[in-house]
Amino acid sequence: MKMNGANALIQSLVDQGVDMVFGIPGGVMIPIYDALYGREDLKNMLMRHEQGAGHAADGYARATGKVGVCFATSGPGATNLVTGLANAHMDSIPVLAVTGQVRTTSLGKDAFQEADTFGITMPVTKHNFLVSDVNDVPRTIAEAMYIAQTGRPGPVLVDVPMDVSLAEVDYQPITEVKMRSYSPHIDIDEAMVEQAAALINEAKRPVLYVGGGVITSGANEELTRLSEKTHILVTNTLLGKGAISEYHPHSLGMLGMHGTAYANHAVNECDLLIAVGARFDDRVTGKLAAFAQRAKVIHIDIDPAEIDKTVQTTVPVLGDCKEALAMLVEKVQPREETDWNKKIMQWKREFALQCPANEGALQPQCVIAKISDMTKGEAIVVTDVGQNQMFSALYYSTTKPRRWLSSGGLGTMGYGFPASIGAQVGRPDLPVFCICGDGGFQMTLQELAAAVEHKLPIKIILLNNQYLGMVRQWQELFWNGRYSGVDISVQPDFKMLAEAYGAEGMRVKHPDEVDGALARAMEINDRPTLIDFQINPQENVFPMIPAGQSIEEMMVNRPKGS
Amino acid sequence: MPKLMQHTITVLVDNKPGVLARISGLFARRGFNIESLAVSITDDPTVSRMTIVASGDDSTLDQINKQTSKLIDVIKLVDYSQIPIIERELALIKVKAEPVHRAEIMQIVDIFRAKIIDISVTSFTIEVTGGLDKVDAIENLLRPYGIMEVVRTGKIAMARGAHTAI
Repeated sequence: MKMNGANALIQSLVDQGVDMVFGIPGGVMIPIYDALYGREDLKNMLMRHEQGAGHAADGYARATGKVGVCFATSGPGATNLVTGLANAHMDSIPVLAVTGQVRTTSLGKDAFQEADTFGITMPVTKHNFLVSDVNDVPRTIAEAMYIAQTGRPGPVLVDVPMDVSLAEVDYQPITEVKMRSYSPHIDIDEAMVEQAAALINEAKRPVLYVGGGVITSGANEELTRLSEKTHILVTNTLLGKGAISEYHPHSLGMLGMHGTAYANHAVNECDLLIAVGARFDDRVTGKLAAFAQRAKVIHIDIDPAEIDKTVQTTVPVLGDCKEALAMLVEKVQPREETDWNKKIMQWKREFALQCPANEGALQPQCVIAKISDMTKGEAIVVTDVGQNQMFSALYYSTTKPRRWLSSGGLGTMGYGFPASIGAQVGRPDLPVFCICGDGGFQMTLQELAAAVEHKLPIKIILLNNQYLGMVRQWQELFWNGRYSGVDISVQPDFKMLAEAYGAEGMRVKHPDEVDGALARAMEINDRPTLIDFQINPQENVFPMIPAGQSIEEMMVNRPKGS
Repeated sequence: MPKLMQHTITVLVDNKPGVLARISGLFARRGFNIESLAVSITDDPTVSRMTIVASGDDSTLDQINKQTSKLIDVIKLVDYSQIPIIERELALIKVKAEPVHRAEIMQIVDIFRAKIIDISVTSFTIEVTGGLDKVDAIENLLRPYGIMEVVRTGKIAMARGAHTAI
C-alpha cells in the first residue's frame, strides 16, 4: 500500500503491537504527528518535556514488560531525551525512541534544530539508526523493536529525517526479523548448569543474590522454587525487588550500600554466592577486594560481557535466567534448613529494620511502612532517587515482579514522577505510588499537567525534608556537616501547586494524620493526589556502608554522638 | 601491576555509516587502548573488516572481546592471540638522502626487500611491507639519515593455513 514514510512508521509501530507512545511534536515531527491524527489504534500521550517522555516510556516498559515508546523532535527534543535513554540503558529497559531529524539534504549543515542525535545517543542506547531511505522505514522499526526487547534489553533510537517522513513508500508489513550480526538467543550449556548444581550441593553457606534480570526474564517463580527446594535465602538488588516476595521468609531484602545488615552479613560470610541476573554494581559490592571474599561465585546472566567484568566467576551460566533457573531447580538436591540458615535468621532478628519513633516529628520510614502495610506490597511503587528511594527500598516490601520501579544504574533524580505516569498508563488496574523527594519532584513536576489531563490517579508521596537529602546525609557523615548546596527550603507550597494543576493536594505534618491522608488518596480515582509529607529534615538512611568500603565500616544505625 | 599484553583481533562488521564511530567510541568510553586500527571493505561489499591491535591486562582484553562482540553491527570477532597468524603492515618512509648517503640507504632498502618509490634531489620515499618488527627495524636504521615523514597503515592479519575468519 502506498503511503508516506511517516504513515509507514506509525503503521509499523501498530503492526509491532504498539498502542501508546509518549511524546512531544516539533517542526520535523509534524508529518509523524499528522499520521497519528485521528488514529484509535495508536495514541500519543502528550508530555510536557521530552525527559518526561523518555521516563514515561521507561516506566511503562518496566510495569508491563512491553517496549515503551517515546517521540521527540530534532535538536533540543532529542537532546532532552538523552537522560531518559541513558537511564533505560543502565537498567536494561526496552525503550524505543523515535526522533525527527532535519532533511537529509540539510544534515551536517548546522540547520535549524539540527543536532547529531545519532552520534549523541550512540553511547546511551543499545543500538541506534539514522534512516536515510524511506524504503528502510518498516524494516528499521521492526529491527529496532526486536533489538530493544530481546537478549539483554535496552533502549533503541530511530532518527527519521523530515524528507524521509514525506517520501512515498509501498508499505509491506515486516513479519520476521533476522539479522546476521545479532542473534540474541543463547542455548544454555547444560554442563555449566550441572557444575553449578554440584557447587550448590556442596556448599555449606550459600546465598542467592538476584537482580533485575530475574524481573526481565520473568524468572520469579523458578527463583522461589529454587530457594524453597534448597532453603537458600535470597537477597535482591535494588532492581531485583519483587523477584521473590519480600514477605517470604527466605527474603533478606536488599543488599549493598543501603542494604539490610543481615543481607550484607550473609553475603560477607557465604561460601557460595549465586548471582542471578545481577551485575555486581559498585553500590552492591563496595570495596571489591573485601566483597564475599570466602565465596565461590556462580553467575547466571544473559550478557556474556557481565561475566568476570568485576568479580571473577567460578561457574558462569550464560543464558536467560528463567530457562537457567528452571534447569537448575531440577538438578540441585533438596536441602533442609541448616545452621547457616539459623545464623542468618539470628542476624535477621538482631538487625531487624525498625521505624524510628515518631516523637512528634514525621519519620519517612513510618510513612513508607504504612503504605507497604496498607497495600500488602501489591501496589506499583515508583521511586525517585536519593533518600526517598533508599527508605522505600528498605521499608516497602515488594511482593511481585514489575511492581517496583526505580532508577538504579544512572540514579536519575526526576525519574520517579514521569515513570509513574508510564506505569499507571500501562497498568490502570493497579494503584501507583510515586515516592519522591522535594528535590527530584521539582525536576520533572511539569508532568502534573499530563497526569491531570489523562485523569491518572497516581498517589504522589512527597517526602519533603527541604534538602537534597542524600547529599546532605553524606555531608553530615563524611564532610563535617558542611552543607554546601543542599538547602532547598525556598520552595512552592506543594499543596497549592498540585491544586493549581487540577490535582488533589494535601499536607501532612503530624504522624497521626498519615492514615487519613493515605486513605483519602486511595479514594480519589480521577486525578493525581499529591501529599506533601513534611518529614524530619535530619533523618538519614541506615544501614549504610560508605562508598568504596566494606561491611566492617557498616553503620547499622546513626553513629553515636551525631 | 598486571602484565600489559598486546592483542590482535579481527572484527567483521556491517558496512554501515557510523560503525567505526561505534567501535572507537566503545574503546574510548571503556578506557581500552587501541595501538592500531586498519579498516576496509572485504570481498563482500556489505562487510567491513577491522584489524585492531589493543593492549591491556588479561581482564581488560577479555572485556574488549566481549564488549565489542556485543555491538549490534559486529558480525563476528576473531581473537588472534591463540592461533598462528600472518601479520603485515605497510609503511611509507620519507628519508633525507644526501648524495653521500644514497648508496648506504639503497643497501638497507635491499636488505629489507623494501622499495624506493619516489626520489628527489634530497630525499627517498621508501615503501616497506612486513611484520611490525621489520617496519620498526628499518625505521630505526634509517633514523640516522634524517627521517622526514612516516606513515604506517596499522597491522592487518589473517590466520595461517586454510582457516578463515568468515
